[in-house]
Amino acid sequence: MENPTGAQMVVRTLEDLGVERIFGYPGAAIIDIYDELMNSQRISHVLARHEQGAVHMADGYARATGKVGCALVTSGPGATNTVTAIATAYGDSIPLVLITGQVSTGLIGTDAFQEVDTMGVTRPVVKHSFLCKKPEEVPKFLRQAFYIASTGRKGPVVVDIPKNCQTPRMPEGFVEQKDVSLRSYNPTVLGHKGQIKRAMTTLATARRPVLIYGGGVIQGEACAELRELVERFNLPVVTTLMGISGFPSSDRHFLGMVGMHGIYAANEALHNCDALFAVAVRFDDRVTNNVKKFCPNATVIHIDVDPASISKCVHADIPVVGDAKAVLGQCLGACDELHLAGSELTEWWGMLDGFRKAHPLSYPHPQGLIMPQDVVRAVSERLQGQDYYVTTDVGQHQMFVAQYFGFERPRTFITSGGLGTMGFGFPAAAGAKMAHPKAQVICFTGDGSFQMNMQELSTCKQYHLPVKIFILDNHVLGMVRQWQSLFYDQRYAATCLDFNPDFVRLAEAFGHQGIAVSDPAELDSAVERALAMEDELVIVDVRVNPDAKVFPMQRVGGSSEDMILSEEEA
Amino acid sequence: MRRTISILLENESGALSRVVGLFSQRGFNIENITAAPTENDTVSRITILTKGDSMVVEHITKQLHKLVNVIKVVVLDDFPEGCIEREILFLKVQAATRAARDEVQCLCGIFRAEIVDVTPDLFVIQYVGEPDEVDRFLRAVRGTTDVVEVVRSGVCGISRGERTLHS
Repeated sequence: MENPTGAQMVVRTLEDLGVERIFGYPGAAIIDIYDELMNSQRISHVLARHEQGAVHMADGYARATGKVGCALVTSGPGATNTVTAIATAYGDSIPLVLITGQVSTGLIGTDAFQEVDTMGVTRPVVKHSFLCKKPEEVPKFLRQAFYIASTGRKGPVVVDIPKNCQTPRMPEGFVEQKDVSLRSYNPTVLGHKGQIKRAMTTLATARRPVLIYGGGVIQGEACAELRELVERFNLPVVTTLMGISGFPSSDRHFLGMVGMHGIYAANEALHNCDALFAVAVRFDDRVTNNVKKFCPNATVIHIDVDPASISKCVHADIPVVGDAKAVLGQCLGACDELHLAGSELTEWWGMLDGFRKAHPLSYPHPQGLIMPQDVVRAVSERLQGQDYYVTTDVGQHQMFVAQYFGFERPRTFITSGGLGTMGFGFPAAAGAKMAHPKAQVICFTGDGSFQMNMQELSTCKQYHLPVKIFILDNHVLGMVRQWQSLFYDQRYAATCLDFNPDFVRLAEAFGHQGIAVSDPAELDSAVERALAMEDELVIVDVRVNPDAKVFPMQRVGGSSEDMILSEEEA
Repeated sequence: MRRTISILLENESGALSRVVGLFSQRGFNIENITAAPTENDTVSRITILTKGDSMVVEHITKQLHKLVNVIKVVVLDDFPEGCIEREILFLKVQAATRAARDEVQCLCGIFRAEIVDVTPDLFVIQYVGEPDEVDRFLRAVRGTTDVVEVVRSGVCGISRGERTLHS
């Protein structure tokens, strides 16, 4: 039998790695792989309408499942169109493998048609990348790519495959090496035992401890261990934006999201704690505000799989490098061994409950106008107890969902936190729907964000992906406008979307359903009707108050507790 | 503070650009850099001279470690035994007059530099030394004659004593 070609090896390797879905867009430099993909019984391909959409879909699929997302695009513009989407996955450490076609090796460097240095263009936004030089490198690099993407701190990996590595057959005597071993890449899994003992002793003796966790707990499948630790020590829990859904929001230990638009009690808990037990967070500037004023009295215990995240922004007094699930398991083991148990923390909880009561989330209710928060609450109320996934775009609506929705199960909240990519939410919802066809998949978006990737309405029609899109439509770029309103003398430079399409007719033009609502009295029924149309993609265009603002809002340069709580205080 | 970092990494295309890219991407500074394969031709060794306080250097080494191609990273100055650093300097200088030739030759004698190429008007001088010595020699030559061209190799470093760096 003849040896397989490079393109055949791509498909075989992907099948062998368990890939079931691949999102992409063809072109001349990737046509051979597409041709082989047609023969595959095990991999189904989703043709997006833009390469950025394809990679966001693969990203949404990965976030909703924990599997490695996989996308396939052509060289040149195909590859450059994916850059924002790769950077989005990189920003949130999402496992993704992107296969890009490339011009033949002999043409590389000649400015050939649709040639771009994909490795060079993507280098700062990938965990790693490969350029195949010979057909036999194709299966090897693909296996390494999946291994690198899905281990340690996860992230996107690009495999660039020139056309002349796709068509030729594997050389004579070719034997595939299926094990991946990389001498230069060995992520730490288990934490240092001595450090873990120190960490747990510190936690057990703290009088005002707080546990903060981030997206790594979800990506690292460590939610159960986290919950057990919280219960054993009766710990107050706060989350970053990326950690939302990793711990049930209805649990009494949960204080909510911290940071720029964090919940009052959560930010106060941070500021007043004496021990901060941080799991899989990277202390982004939106979390810490001014690092010099961050947790001024706390001993910081920091667990992270990425040693470079430890003491990068916030100095860790007790660093522990390792996988969140493994290390939290070790922490629980250490508690048993050392007979450590938490105290009641009565005084601390009294203080925290005081914070909760002092300033729960609230917003004004002007007559006759729908507030964006109302929409989030209306959808949330109808979905509780059901199987759902929620994606967002970026801006005010994203913060309202983070504050008001109330997530209970890991992976149900999907958002671009690190990079903050407008246009992410809708294709990510399509990817999540691909992964969970029976679940309700909701995309909360704004009229600004939605127009950045709305071409994927065609993809959703073609592949029957009946997601529900709630556009919190205020005809402005709300978050930027909020800053202009508060800090730029209401000079609304370039934030007014004076013209928007008729989103209902837009939905209809793509063969979907559309509902417009502007009367507060009709909001509930519109939400109900939209969610009831199981087999239809529905755009619900909700006209909301353009003057709504996200509060709490931290004063830039202040501490965690420097918060503006309402417009009157601003 | 000036620090010398040694990096062992896979000798693959693109590996060097990841290292260099990391420095510019994260706002670290490269004073100079040298790179070449080691005794094992699948492994390259890079020496980078950088500036920064201990926090910055720790951050740099952690980020370098994170690169998938990078096998080992050490800060040579951190070793208690210290390290040996050398740089090669080539100078093309005016030596058209008898007086200039004598002065340059005299200076080379004092600094133990070699004259490796001669034309009726020019000398090429080769000097090997620690970076500070290279600076001093360069200043001395500039004070003596016109320097037409300067080439510095960047620093190569190795630890002193028993300590070795292997892949």
